[in-house]
Amino acid sequence: MPTSRASAEPPLAISTDVLTKKFSGGQIAVNQVSLRVPVGSVFGFLGPNGSGKTTTIRMLLGLVFATSGDIAVLGEPIPGRGGAALSAVGALVEGPAFHPYLSGQANLRRLDAADLTSSARDSRARVATALERVGLTAAAGKRYRNYSLGMRQRLGIAAALLRPRRLLILDEPTNGLDPQGTREVRHLVAELAADGTTVFVSSHLLSEVEHMCSHVGVMRTGSMVWQGSMRDLGSQQRVRVTVESLDSPLAKSVLADLGLSEITESDGQASAVLGDRPPEQVVAALVAAGVGVRGFSVAKPKLEDIFVQLTGEGFDVSG
Amino acid sequence: MSVAEPLTKPVLAVGGRFLLSEIGMQLRRRRNQLILAVLAAVPVIIGIAVKLTTHDGAGATGGLIGNITNNGIFVAFTALIVVIPIFLPMAVAVVAGETVAGEASLGTLRYLLAVPVGRTRLLLTKFAAMGFWCLLITSVVALAGVIIGVILFPSAHVTLLSGTQATLLGGVGRLVGMVLYAALMMLAVAAIGLFISTLTEVPIAAMAATLTVAIVMQVLVAVPQLHAIHPWLISDHLLNLADLLRDPLRVSGLRDGALLAVGYVVVFGSLAWARFTTKDVTS
Ligand SMILES: Nc1ncnc2c1ncn2[C@@H]1O[C@H](COP(=O)(O)OP(=O)(O)OP(=O)(O)O)[C@@H](O)[C@H]1O
Ligand SMILES: [Mg+2]
Repeated sequence: MPTSRASAEPPLAISTDVLTKKFSGGQIAVNQVSLRVPVGSVFGFLGPNGSGKTTTIRMLLGLVFATSGDIAVLGEPIPGRGGAALSAVGALVEGPAFHPYLSGQANLRRLDAADLTSSARDSRARVATALERVGLTAAAGKRYRNYSLGMRQRLGIAAALLRPRRLLILDEPTNGLDPQGTREVRHLVAELAADGTTVFVSSHLLSEVEHMCSHVGVMRTGSMVWQGSMRDLGSQQRVRVTVESLDSPLAKSVLADLGLSEITESDGQASAVLGDRPPEQVVAALVAAGVGVRGFSVAKPKLEDIFVQLTGEGFDVSG
Repeated sequence: MSVAEPLTKPVLAVGGRFLLSEIGMQLRRRRNQLILAVLAAVPVIIGIAVKLTTHDGAGATGGLIGNITNNGIFVAFTALIVVIPIFLPMAVAVVAGETVAGEASLGTLRYLLAVPVGRTRLLLTKFAAMGFWCLLITSVVALAGVIIGVILFPSAHVTLLSGTQATLLGGVGRLVGMVLYAALMMLAVAAIGLFISTLTEVPIAAMAATLTVAIVMQVLVAVPQLHAIHPWLISDHLLNLADLLRDPLRVSGLRDGALLAVGYVVVFGSLAWARFTTKDVTS
């Protein structure tokens, strides 16, 4: 498995070792996942529906107990020591949840009051700042039950930002947000990341992830199929060259002779994954073999293509 | 790093703010306000009914109701005895059943645990808030009883069930005793409710189950053949409350009831703890 690992490992905000969760029904939701989330990264956690992202996040927060394997969040074991590390972690898990008959503000006051490490004195100010940060100041006094979908989502993010955090764990934070809201979240994440906050974000919006994340991990039916930095993901290894030529079968055989992989050929086009060979060598070899090259392109793969490649084309969830 | 505040916990962090916020939510809840209003209405209805049905000077008919006309504080005594078998357990079951299951069904449980509120601290806070609720409902009945009693009936000396007289101050002392005893018995019901509440994510189910347990205990007490298990049922000790109206005070029944209640709190509190600290929160 091409799990990238630097020789000297950077400090990790989240690390899990062969983490497994088997639900009482016998379902293995998470299967031997070893997450490596470096401090300071914006880590995109991807995977099709039901691939175990939320279950992993629940284990990171000590909500669900692992069947086997170890978890460390900000260097502290989870669960353990009353979850001391968690006060530096802001979280949004599977959508917001608040008391419907309390206002947004009262809901945040309640969460703030529940935090042993936060002082009563500036609770009001903290709540006001968090609400302002997500643009909810005008709706602060409204009952939560009267909030719109996006307002609820924003309140959830406000709760995650109630205190200065070293790590944010956001499960689909842009779900239900309008375009402005989505952009705001992206800005917010960039801003927090610039401050040094590590952000672990699960999302289905691959274009967002492409913009936002420095690292990605891809889940498939409970297993981690790839993780590493975005740079590695879109690196040479996965760059695809395409040759346009009237004699595409000949072009194909040249690509094969060069030892390139995943070669495809259709009328007038031959294409292959470049590997670590420089593209100019490919052009030279084609010309030397007498292939009439009409066009030559080097394309970095889109995250979506890689994602589909890693997780399969199938639309049905794997039960 | 953007850590502005230190992460060290104060040594004596009991989380009083969380408890206060829990109690605040309890009091703001419409349903709970309604429960309090209904409970307060019980002594008012008793007082008015007795006032309307007794003729002037018919006085000393004896018994509890008869004593009301002699002394207003007896409205409070009578009301507590009327509400303790069913009304109070209902009021406790509804609120206790919701403690954990309510948060689970709303999904707020996962956010409280992520704050983090340790699971043990969450249970202790919920239970402490239930303690406040038990004390509140019994006090409301007593207080409403005293107020309506003083308005409708004379209030000089208190004639006890044994026929002897006590001063008004002594009467109030006995009333406080009754309130505390009733609250303790209700705390036992609350412990059962708290445990049941950790078993489900459906608050209505937890409320219904807790209430069912309370009612089944009442029924069992009514079956004389089962007298062997009666001492182990809370409902068998509820009416020991009336012992506080005797002179000299008979404490053995009260002591047995209190010990049993503490036992229930310990047993069901431990069960709730064992269940809640090992349970996956997937709501
Ligand atoms: N409490 C539970 N009991 C049994 N199985 C569960 C439970 N919770 C989740 N699962 C199963 O675990 C698997 C992973 O679910 P999970 O919610 O982690 O997926 P996900 O990656 O977050 O999906 P999505 O993208 O749809 O949010 C699913 O097959 C799901 O049915
Ligand atoms: Mg999910």
